[in-house]
This record gives sequence, C-alpha cells and structure tokens, in this order.
Amino acid sequence: MSLWEYANPVKFMALSGKILPAATILSTLCLLGGLYWGFFLTPDDYKQGSTVKIIFLHVPAATLAINVWVMMLITSLIWLIRRHHVSALAARAAAPIGMTMTLIALFTGAIWGKPMWGTYWAWDPRLTSFMILFVFYLGYIALWNAIEDSDTAADLTSILCMVGSVFALLSRYAVNFWNQGLHQGASVSMANGADVSQNVHPDYLYPLALSGLGFVMLLITLVLLRTRTLIRQRRTAALQAREALA
Amino acid sequence: MIPDLGKYGDAVLSAYGVSVVMLLVLVGLSIRASVKSKRMLDIEEQKVRNNGR
Repeated sequence: MSLWEYANPVKFMALSGKILPAATILSTLCLLGGLYWGFFLTPDDYKQGSTVKIIFLHVPAATLAINVWVMMLITSLIWLIRRHHVSALAARAAAPIGMTMTLIALFTGAIWGKPMWGTYWAWDPRLTSFMILFVFYLGYIALWNAIEDSDTAADLTSILCMVGSVFALLSRYAVNFWNQGLHQGASVSMANGADVSQNVHPDYLYPLALSGLGFVMLLITLVLLRTRTLIRQRRTAALQAREALA
Repeated sequence: MIPDLGKYGDAVLSAYGVSVVMLLVLVGLSIRASVKSKRMLDIEEQKVRNNGR
C-alpha cells in the first residue's frame, strides 16, 4: 500500500474519520495535563520569577508557528508536483492554525518581554522575522479566499508559501544568524554537539514536553478536521455545479 | 487554587487567558465549519438522491 493512496479524498475521509477521535482525546489530555503541570506544579525561576510559566505556551506555539509553515511548504510542493487536491487542501487547512500559533507566540512573548527586557517589543531579528511570518500567514489566507478557481488558488498560494519559507527559516535561525538582539537561543536543543547544560531545567522540561506534545496533537487534530471540512465543501460545490448544469 | 504568582501575576494570567481564548476560538470555529459543511453536503446528497441522479 502506498502513502499516495491517501491523497484520494474518499480514502482520506475514511482514515481521518478513524484517527480523529483518538487524536482529539490525546490532544486534550496532553494539552490540559501539560498546562496544568506547568502552571500549578512548577516552581518560580530564580531570575524570572513566575513569568517562567509562560514558557509552556510560548515555546510550543512558536515552534508550531514555524513548523506549520514547513508542513504547508511540503504539502504545497506535493500539490505542485503531483497535483493531489487533498494535499493543497491540507495546506489551506493548516494556515489559520499556524497564524493563531504565531499570534500566541507574539502575544505571550510581548507579555513576557515587558518584565524581563523592559519592553513589549523590540526590532530584534527573531521578533521581526516572526512578525513578517504572521503577515505571510495573513497574505496566504487572503490569497486563498480571493481567488475563485481552487486550482489557481492552490498554485498561487503554493508559490507564496515557498517565498514565505525564507521567513519561516529566518524565524527559526535568526538568533544564530545575527547573534544579536534581545531574544535568547533555543530553550531546548537536542542537536548533535549541543550544550545540553543550556537546556531548561528538568522541572520545566517535562511539563514543557507534555505541553508541546499537546500542541502537536492539537495541530494534527485540527488539520484533519479542517481538511475534512474543505473536502466536504468541495464535494458540495461539485454537486451544486452538476445540479445547475442538469 | 491559583498559585502565588508574585508581582508578575498580571503578566502570567493575561498570557494564559489570551492564549486559551485564542485556542478556544480556533477550535470553536473549526468545529462550527465542520458541522456546517457536513449539513450542507447531506442536503446536496439528499437532493441528488431525490432527483434520481
């Protein structure tokens, strides 16, 4: 059996229908568990006080903000190369989720920045690239809604997605590229050669991992749900068009 | 009970409050669109069945 078989809308609907209940339960449990653990059961940081609790929202949201765009890039490339409609619809379905994650990352970052840096906002490389990424999400969603023909919309938004990937990449590596600004480097790094002593303390790491898993499961759940919605809307439009011709 | 958040209480609570609201809005709108799309498709499929096509 090939993975491409699930690009067939009927097979995708059948499989996603089976996965959705489990994904919903898992995302709810992980998200509530991670946020409860982080908010209620972690100690204050010796430098940052209770603001450290914002990490359980800020880091997973920021990570997803970038990775949703990467997911959209992959599905857009699949659309451009193999012309699978489910792939284009999955990219469209993911965009509002990525936009919301970017907004949460920007908002929680600003609230965290005020007591720690003395300002809500600075034109720091990472903050600025995140702001541009947010604008790209808005543009991507607007472009999908502005074009009536869905194949043309999928083509043009795929190209926009490739252009925006530069900023998704910059958002991730801005701190390393410029080595300046207020924002710190990665809170958790598992890369080869990374200094693990720089990672957050285990008191925060485990609830952060659970919260992060909750965000990832929420993404999977919502992408499946929203892609199913778009497939149904497409099928409804096709039936209406057939009825109009009859 | 809410833990003692010290002088940063407002910052932490507003970060959690706004984020949770944004997530709930996203989930709520997604579910609403899903329910609506299912209802619309059911109506159209019923029409097709009634017309015998």
